[in-house]
Amino acid sequence: MRVNFTVNGRRQEADDVWEGESLLYVLRERLGLPGSKNACEQGECGSCTVRLDGVPVCACLVAAGQAEGREVVTVEGLADYARQRAEHGGCATGSCGTFLQDTRGRAAQGQDSQTGEGTELAPIQQAFIDAGAVQCGFCTPGLLVAADEMLEHNPNPTDADIREALSGNLCRCTGYEKIMDAVRLAAARQGEAV
Amino acid sequence: MDFLRPASWEEALAAKAEHPTAVPIAGGTDVMVEINFDHRRPGHLLDLTRVGDLYEWEAAEDSVRVGASVPYTRIMENLRAELPGLALASHTVASPQIRNRGGVGGNLGTASPAGDAHPALLAAGAEVEAESVRGSRRIPIDEFYTGVKRNALAPDELIRAVHVKKADGPQQYSKVGTRNAMVIAVCAFGLALHPRTRTVRTGIGSAAPTPIRAKAAEEFLNAALEEGGFWDNGKIITPSVAQRFAQLCSGACNPIDDVRGTASYRRHAVGVMARRTLTWTWESYRGARRLTEGAA
Repeated sequence: MRVNFTVNGRRQEADDVWEGESLLYVLRERLGLPGSKNACEQGECGSCTVRLDGVPVCACLVAAGQAEGREVVTVEGLADYARQRAEHGGCATGSCGTFLQDTRGRAAQGQDSQTGEGTELAPIQQAFIDAGAVQCGFCTPGLLVAADEMLEHNPNPTDADIREALSGNLCRCTGYEKIMDAVRLAAARQGEAV
Repeated sequence: MDFLRPASWEEALAAKAEHPTAVPIAGGTDVMVEINFDHRRPGHLLDLTRVGDLYEWEAAEDSVRVGASVPYTRIMENLRAELPGLALASHTVASPQIRNRGGVGGNLGTASPAGDAHPALLAAGAEVEAESVRGSRRIPIDEFYTGVKRNALAPDELIRAVHVKKADGPQQYSKVGTRNAMVIAVCAFGLALHPRTRTVRTGIGSAAPTPIRAKAAEEFLNAALEEGGFWDNGKIITPSVAQRFAQLCSGACNPIDDVRGTASYRRHAVGVMARRTLTWTWESYRGARRLTEGAA
């Protein structure tokens, strides 16, 4: 079967997709976007977290056919997504319900929006680096997508808010403390920027 | 495998009638796991995510009609006042990513004894709206679970919504697991006080082949509360009453030993949760009573 959908602001078409295939498989193996990681394949680990029509989901649990006509943002498109959000007046208040529509069909502006290379990092990505929240890096893409989405609608999260928002993302290296630091840092920087 | 993509409820019913073995998929949080692990290879997947009205909820006079695909996240955000037990249960489901996709329809369709919504539905009182091309019917929640991962649906039926009684008193939900997220219940317990009818209802998860009510415990507590005039005098629950209630809830269980816990642990934990949720809900009832009396 053929699946047409938008990934990181760019129209995509995947052919010969098996009907039982997951969105994660399509992203990684058919579209060459290996940023979303494949680990548990049962929604336990969150390392495949992407935005589906703006909502954080485990890509391994979305049937490929369910993505037909939808908008997907992966970690590769996170920097562009964050930049466009900032240009639209900071989506943090949640008052920008039209944000997704605004970007629909528009090619992302980064130098390489497909791989995310060559573009400036999203604030959450920079915060993860600055706080030392990346060790082996396997869980990082899912955590970035989940943390970025939380900061979008909750700019001043408590520690409990952060823990809850990231409760579906497993990290086996860091013990989470540096990840907490990174999200606090991103929230603080976001607050300064406003 | 065929991927069926009905654009409307009528089309979905027609597809299910034509392919009764088609597996409905909405949030995918159960079905995709089975497919990813090669535990299931259905001939047809019936994608319900394009049927918009499955994502809507609507309050009626004494119940709320929750569309089968309304995600747990929406229930937590929007139905906490009307359906506090179900909202609490929804909050214990897995993680934000899963709660953004999964809903009560899938929980009912899978009918796992460990499904988080079941104890809350049993305690509140609910009916499952099932429909096929032959017509629509409402299945009382007590008659819905027929065996381990079996339910009362006919092969051509789909779950359209669940009608949950609006809370007329405090409700609580408790779940045992190894951490606060991403946990399949070792066991779970839901309790609802119904001051209007002066009754209590319970729901037990993961401690029997199906989700169950502890009916003997309910009857004992109903009689004890009535006898002692508790609903009127608002006294604290006598410890011996709470203890007997807990024992009877434990006794209602018919659990198994498995990787998540032993049968005897489950029985014990259900008793503890029964006693705690009774205390929590009753204290909340007493508090509310005091407020109304103070106002009068």
